[in-house]
Amino acid sequence: MVQITMVDHMLYFELFFQGIVQGSIYALIALGLTLVYGLLRILHVAHAALFTLGGYVGVLLTNATGNFPMAMLASMLLVGLVGMAVYKIVYEPLLGKPPFIALIASIALFIASEEVFRIIFGPYGQSYINPPLQGYFELPGGFFLKYAEALVIGLSVVMLTFLGWLSGNTRTGISWRATVKDPSMAQAFGVNIQKVRYMNFFVGSALAGAAGVLVALLNNLVEPSMGSVPSYKALAIIVLGGLGSVRGTLLAAMAIGIIESFGTIYLGQYLDRDALAFAFLIVVLMVRPQGLLGAK
Amino acid sequence: MAYEITLTTSMAIMVLFALSLNFITGFCGQISLGHAAFMGVGAYTTAMMIKAGTPMLATLPVAGLLAGLLGFVVGLASLRVREDFLAITTMGVVFLFVGIVRQQDALGGAVGISGIPASSLGRVGFMVLCIVLAAGFAVFSTVIKRSWMGYVYESIADNEDVARVLGIDVARYKLFAFVIGTFGAGIAGGLYAQHFRYVGPGSFGFVESISVLAMVIVGGIGSVPGVVVAAAVLSVLPQWIQFVDNYKILVYSVLLFTMMRFAPDGFAGIVSRVWNRMERKL
Repeated sequence: MVQITMVDHMLYFELFFQGIVQGSIYALIALGLTLVYGLLRILHVAHAALFTLGGYVGVLLTNATGNFPMAMLASMLLVGLVGMAVYKIVYEPLLGKPPFIALIASIALFIASEEVFRIIFGPYGQSYINPPLQGYFELPGGFFLKYAEALVIGLSVVMLTFLGWLSGNTRTGISWRATVKDPSMAQAFGVNIQKVRYMNFFVGSALAGAAGVLVALLNNLVEPSMGSVPSYKALAIIVLGGLGSVRGTLLAAMAIGIIESFGTIYLGQYLDRDALAFAFLIVVLMVRPQGLLGAK
Repeated sequence: MAYEITLTTSMAIMVLFALSLNFITGFCGQISLGHAAFMGVGAYTTAMMIKAGTPMLATLPVAGLLAGLLGFVVGLASLRVREDFLAITTMGVVFLFVGIVRQQDALGGAVGISGIPASSLGRVGFMVLCIVLAAGFAVFSTVIKRSWMGYVYESIADNEDVARVLGIDVARYKLFAFVIGTFGAGIAGGLYAQHFRYVGPGSFGFVESISVLAMVIVGGIGSVPGVVVAAAVLSVLPQWIQFVDNYKILVYSVLLFTMMRFAPDGFAGIVSRVWNRMERKL
């Protein structure tokens, strides 16, 4: 009897932990999305294509140079720049149009880029030749923590903390928050809105790129369709968090990660993983239509 | 000739499906990213009933009613959440639908239901039925659009709060739009099940919901003739561009993107612009 409860506790801990890892990934992806939404009121589906691009750049560069940290940084930089280009080419001309125009354009761009990945890199995906960080820590209680998982959590905490510091304590961060709150007022106070938007897309896309590299590491696989699940789940997360609320997004990302992790074990025979996340979303929205931490 | 009949039948079904979404999104201004779920409800209903021995024509009203019932529930949700929140809620509906169906052995699970017997109307007869139903819905939509109800919907789509101040019972009209739109989708689903003689969870997912929304927007949101043309063209486009085979989806998505980027008001917008220019010249 005692034995069984021990095992149960282990299982809970393990599931919780898997949820946190998944939640960190969701948070990195969803944050860029919520930044874009906060600024432009656009549901940026093609964000997930940048995530996939990040994964490919990370794997290909690591395989070419053998230097994983360098590949990760290069991937973030490159994806950040591509994100800025996406804003310039796709969204800027559509800003005055009804929001669903940008949404459909974004979805079309996302599907097109999945196809481009497939055509260029082949349909079966790519892996690290020498996967980095394959070892694990052995924690007390016979619990194993993979290096890769530790890195996911660690990097997410570092990056999100840095971002929080950036938005609270720097000129760039303050002008960003002012623009989100009231663009015309910010402009009147001399904020260069265009610069803020570019910055926004650079940072958000770089985070998605990092998430792509990390997911590639966790699964040791990048494939053309790896962005399709994040594309809609990240939308659910930012809506759940309250659209445009950064803290809400982080909370929602963790909540969805943990719920999926437990739900697939305990409710798996009734609902699959995606349906669970959306069931939770619908329930929350019916109770709180403005999302977890959204302003009314 | 068999190929043309099959193609025309699928076209008519997609036209009906797109028009049903146009009622919700085009007329009433409520965006839906999950319309395929309602088609799925209709398709599964018809599939199960035909397999149980019911004649196809008798299954269609049931398919429409069940889809409309679910539509009523989602319509209630639309009274609570708005705009982008509603868009994501409807997206949730389609994922829930697929998730639930996939786990139900009674509905064929992930494999779906196959071996649905062919229609007793024959291929041509069934094609005519599909065309008549699609045309019927088009006429119905046009009549509604030109009536006083059309103006009511225009004002709700334009600005819900203003409509409310004008004394319009917004909730009632929204629910009506959802029920009619999802009823139409259910009928389209029933026809789909009979036409392809197979239904599976993969046929009524998020991608299908987006494709039908693309048809409505490419046609020109709210325009009945625009949506009819767009649905007809876009549903056969993948077959027309078969020659690019490996690049089919790429070409399709790039076309869609170009359309949104350069002519976001769709076919209807292009036609009216060309028309205006010609009139000015005359």
